[in-house]
Amino acid sequence: MTVQTYHAPRTREEAVALLAADPAARVLSGGTDLIVQMRAGRAAPSSIVDIKNISAMQAVLGNDGRYTIGAAMPCTGLLRDEGLCKAWPGVVEAANLIGSVQVRNRATMGGNLCNASPAADSVPALIAAGATVLVVGPAGMREVPVEDIPVSPGKTSLAAGEFVAEIRLPVRPPRSADAYLRSIPRTEMDIAVVGAGVSLTLDEAGTCTAARVALGAVAPTAIVVPEAGAALVGTKLDDAALDAMAAAVRAACRPIDDKRGTAEYRTAMAGVLAKRTALIAAARARGEA
Amino acid sequence: MSKIAVSTTVNGDPAEFLCDAGESLLDALRGSLGLTGSKEGCGSGDCGACTVMLNGQMVCSCLVLAVEAEGKSIATIEGVAEGSVLHPVQRQFLEHGALQCGFCTPGFIVAAKALLEVNPDPDETEIRYWLAGNLCRCTGYDKIVRAVSAAAAELRQERSAA
Ligand SMILES: Cc1cc2nc3c(=O)[nH]c(=O)nc-3n(C[C@H](O)[C@H](O)[C@H](O)COP(=O)(O)OP(=O)(O)OC[C@H]3O[C@@H](n4cnc5c(N)ncnc54)[C@H](O)[C@@H]3O)c2cc1C
Ligand code: FES
Ligand code: FES
Repeated sequence: MTVQTYHAPRTREEAVALLAADPAARVLSGGTDLIVQMRAGRAAPSSIVDIKNISAMQAVLGNDGRYTIGAAMPCTGLLRDEGLCKAWPGVVEAANLIGSVQVRNRATMGGNLCNASPAADSVPALIAAGATVLVVGPAGMREVPVEDIPVSPGKTSLAAGEFVAEIRLPVRPPRSADAYLRSIPRTEMDIAVVGAGVSLTLDEAGTCTAARVALGAVAPTAIVVPEAGAALVGTKLDDAALDAMAAAVRAACRPIDDKRGTAEYRTAMAGVLAKRTALIAAARARGEA
Repeated sequence: MSKIAVSTTVNGDPAEFLCDAGESLLDALRGSLGLTGSKEGCGSGDCGACTVMLNGQMVCSCLVLAVEAEGKSIATIEGVAEGSVLHPVQRQFLEHGALQCGFCTPGFIVAAKALLEVNPDPDETEIRYWLAGNLCRCTGYDKIVRAVSAAAAELRQERSAA
């Protein structure tokens, strides 16, 4: 490895200054992508800015129903916050599908997002949840929807010197829930062939009043499919509504063919998986699961 | 490139070493500290042969930078037995023949011990999921799973006797 310097800043400002001063610097969170890429020669940062020692970077804060998750919070750490697990079971389950226990004890949602893999598991769940991130950089802070961070495989919209400091989850109306499912050839330790995240709200009669559907591994980035969410709103998630949602999902897919699955298979599976995910989210919203 | 001095705790004892910025914790343990029990099977987080505890959490030491160990507490396979007394997980691995070449064994033992600390009575599915990040090319896993179950039973018995 060619890396010359390791920095462990204590404040966001210090981290921004270090990143802005060295265009070839890279942020280190859990390192489960970055260190693998360095070893394989796919990343050659001149310096590393480890953000884990910055205050609140590994904390979950609940405030008036909103959740703020430090960008360097390991995925397994999310499981320790009961309120978060209750409010956002889909986000927590998606983050805890990543890799093995060893990997999840280090891997973070911030790293999953900024690595910008189209198959990143926590990203569709965060997009379905309507999550935003707080980006800090030389020009100050900005709040950005999660779906606007990845722009293509391995590329983000972050400018020089910027990094993600927080992941923010909005207030949950009553009878709301989310879920995430992925399809992989094995049961653990594999990359999603398709991932589907659904977050929805029901009224007292069980009619869906809001829904967001997001997909992973079927396009160059994780995507939100507004037409799929719209197909559920106003329905009781009957078969016709689920079929309409699945059709909207399939129409939004632009997948590649690779050894894990053909484009045709991914597209068909995306519809199937989105339906299953919506049914789990609905059952949770009704308090049945 | 100047070396970085790191002060840490390994298996309860203070330890110091010099490393490069990009060096892995696994390389520092095996090289500078001479603790060659942790193995490098892949160097990419897939096999778990390098599993160690970092501040009480099991991690792949090939995916931790050595400099990150500063001020932390590390536990490796070398600290699992107490002197010449094997830990129940180690003893049950021997009794159940849960190893052949033994390359994966340090990682499995560290991971299994970590499981039994958070879940004293895991069922087979829980054991298999917990150990999904540890690969073994020899045993076919069944004997490993049985050894972990037996160690769990032994530890439960020890605890209720105490
Ligand atoms: C064995 C193994 C199995 C895996 N399985 C899965 C899986 O099932 N599903 C899945 O989605 N992923 C998987 N991964 C990939 C990886 O674990 C995840 O993407 C993880 O969430 C990355 O998080 P991290 O904190 O380790 O990121 P890091 O490696 O620290 O960083 C990843 C990238 O993002 C940048 N970065 C990190 N944090 C920030 C930030 N806050 N602001 C700006 N940039 C940042 C880094 O510079 C780097 O480019 C696996 C990896 C391994 C080794
Ligand atoms: S050597 Fe670290 S996981 Fe294989
Ligand atoms: S005993 Fe040989 S790899 Fe497990």
